[in-house]
Amino acid sequence: MAFVDRTVRSLFLTELLSGMWLTLRYFFRPKVTLNYPHEKGALSPRFRGEHVLRRYPSGEERCIACKLCEAICPAQAITIEAEPRADGSRRTTRYDIDMTKCIYCGYCQESCPVDAIVQGPNFEFAAETRAELFYNKEKLLDNGDRWEYEIALNIAKDAPYR
Amino acid sequence: MPKVTIDGREIEVPAGITVLQACEMAGAEIPRFCYHERLSIAGNCRMCLVEMERAPKPIASCAMPVGDGMVIRTDTPTVEKARNGVMEFLLINHPLDCPICDQGGECDLQDQAMAYGYDRSRYEENKRAVSEKYMGPLIKTIMTRCIQCTRCVRFATEIAGVEDIGMVNRGEDAEITTLERAIDSELSGNLVDICPVGALTSAPYAFTARPWELRKTLSVDVMDAVGSNIRVDSRGREVMRVLPRIHEDVNEEWISDKTRHARDGLSRQRLDRPYLRIDGKLRPVSWEEALTAVAERLRGLSGERMAAIAGDLCDAESMLALKDFMTGLGSENLECRQDGSKVGSDSRARSGYLFNTTIAGIEQADAVLLIGTNPRWEAALVNARIRKRFLQNGLPVGVIGPQVDLTYETVSLGDGLDALQALGRGEGDFAEVLRKAERPMLILGSGAVARPDGAAILSLAREVAESFGMAGPQAPEEWNGFNVLSRAASRVGGLDLGFLPGPEGRDLEGILSGAEQGEIDLVWLLGADEIDMSRLGRAFVVYQGHHGDAGAHRADVILPGAAYTEKNGTYVNLEGRVQLGRLATFPPGEAREDWTILRALSEVVGQPLPYDNLGELRQKLIEANPLFGRLDEVQPAAWEAFGAKGEVSGAPFALPIDNFYMTDPISRASPTMAKCTEIFVLPKRAATGTEG
Repeated sequence: MAFVDRTVRSLFLTELLSGMWLTLRYFFRPKVTLNYPHEKGALSPRFRGEHVLRRYPSGEERCIACKLCEAICPAQAITIEAEPRADGSRRTTRYDIDMTKCIYCGYCQESCPVDAIVQGPNFEFAAETRAELFYNKEKLLDNGDRWEYEIALNIAKDAPYR
Repeated sequence: MPKVTIDGREIEVPAGITVLQACEMAGAEIPRFCYHERLSIAGNCRMCLVEMERAPKPIASCAMPVGDGMVIRTDTPTVEKARNGVMEFLLINHPLDCPICDQGGECDLQDQAMAYGYDRSRYEENKRAVSEKYMGPLIKTIMTRCIQCTRCVRFATEIAGVEDIGMVNRGEDAEITTLERAIDSELSGNLVDICPVGALTSAPYAFTARPWELRKTLSVDVMDAVGSNIRVDSRGREVMRVLPRIHEDVNEEWISDKTRHARDGLSRQRLDRPYLRIDGKLRPVSWEEALTAVAERLRGLSGERMAAIAGDLCDAESMLALKDFMTGLGSENLECRQDGSKVGSDSRARSGYLFNTTIAGIEQADAVLLIGTNPRWEAALVNARIRKRFLQNGLPVGVIGPQVDLTYETVSLGDGLDALQALGRGEGDFAEVLRKAERPMLILGSGAVARPDGAAILSLAREVAESFGMAGPQAPEEWNGFNVLSRAASRVGGLDLGFLPGPEGRDLEGILSGAEQGEIDLVWLLGADEIDMSRLGRAFVVYQGHHGDAGAHRADVILPGAAYTEKNGTYVNLEGRVQLGRLATFPPGEAREDWTILRALSEVVGQPLPYDNLGELRQKLIEANPLFGRLDEVQPAAWEAFGAKGEVSGAPFALPIDNFYMTDPISRASPTMAKCTEIFVLPKRAATGTEG
């Protein structure tokens, strides 16, 4: 019986037809692929992308040079130097992140008492040279200015769960 | 000895100690803020509560003396609850600014809040704020953080002897206050250490580093001859701060402000590559060129036409290497007393240049005679010991020489040698005091023996010491009250090594006059900056050192060496205690450890020194003087004849230090020390008209 069954199936091409039927059905279903970079998928508010240094709405930088992120960083990617600013407040003179060392664990963001260092939603920061991935304070603050709206939104969305 | 039971364990403790100390001895750790071993007991933080049997309430263990049969419990729920309550009260007004606080990471309050604090606050009212107080250039105050433990008040009044800090008001309004002027004490930096919170922090160190990122190196200090035990905290190639280390016999747990804050001089004015004077100008050259230039100068030069002077900050290893090098070239013109001091010159009696009583020994003295010295500036921690003894028994202190405020009562006996001679004849009230004293001591300043008649003064002081039973046959057993107060860290080490003119050699005056008259062609300065450079005449000067100071300006060749934090070196303090300094950071640029420079040069000259590593060099050091093999011990020196009778001049004693904050190349390069000079020293000079 098995022989007859197999012969009939191959003569009438049923497997081929069932496969084509599946293809035909997917033809009328909505697409799952995205036309990246013109289209992008949804990201969680907790997504850990490129780092930014945020500012207060007054324009004052948030970072107070407590160095907790530097201490917690398991990849030792963060380097901070600090000294009193002219007005006597505690500020960094240097805040470097080596993005090639970073493992995107998010500890820096967790440890920050003032929400200054945050991993934003940006993941498109590939560069052509290594040197471009050594971020300094200026670059990080610049990132912060660029992404502040999205980051503030994400932090607000995540706040109820903290 | 009372027997107490602590947490069910019965132990015997010395009478007169407190319950807190007894608990420590029994191994039960008691949290505390206001209690400090070296300060009087205040009992106002209430953190050290423990339960005592038959007491209705928990007791403050720091303020309760032990009694026989006490039963103490430190681990009951009541104790736990009491401590939690105290902690909650302390945190009511303490700001939550640990992230910007310099004490963060090494804060007693932070640590103990981890153990006894709640994780959130029940306090909803406004926290109080306290305005900052001015305490000078070294101490930054953030008084809102203060928990009113009054350690600073007690330190200032008891140890430092400046009554500038106090507490005003009561209860919620209580606050520490100052006279709104800089704390004029050479020990003020210790206020930062004893503050258990971040209310008093180090101003020069503000915000620069966190304790967890610093590499800690245990070392000794060279800013004065006390040999304070220090911990050098460095990050990368920079020394970030210097902290005291406990050594009961030397510095207890204090250090002077110069020791603590001159560290920023270590990164300024440094010689980081060899220089050679070409056409009258110092130009950077390679090591090879520099060493060849020196070797060429040395070629064919006879021993008596060269000389070496060692400076104040040298380690024993480099001095031995230089001594061996010069001896190999046939020179006897060695001198380690760049201030022209006469100690150790004629006979090598060790008791003639040591602080024989030892620093801890001051606490047994019952009368002190200071001759031509200001211990407050020459050895701040020796002065702190004298003050400690003064507070214990009202130590009578007689001063011959200029009158300065020494933080304790003194009796002026005159300002010149005639006063010492009169005392030697037994005249005057203070002679009576000394005669009655069981353990009298005298401290001879380094300035007094640096005069041309220094040897005669030394001999005179020895006679005085013998006549009053301070030292020699009439002195009590194991008591030697004759002390020379050196102020250079290298001095005793140099004398122990015999870095001194040989039988035919020239001393400092001989070297300088020889150079002036052209009898000396080459002078080697091993970190020597305090001599009169204009007297070096036309001599070829090799300066081996770490800072661009007077010596480097005059030099024809500069060989860049290592500062005290950059080499493993042996130092002997004024008591004759051998201690090791350790490398915390590497020397900058092309600078090298000093003995290796001499070893390299000896190879170029063709007379290699017989050691290739530090171990072999230390072995030679011990061969040269077995004392170097006995670390951290004071060997009592036999009482022998020293000094020389001779003509003395009637000139009054002058103090050798006119500015405590700038005495050596490191502190002269330090911006912090410059600021201190401006605030503490210059106004006084202007007021007394001693300027210029």
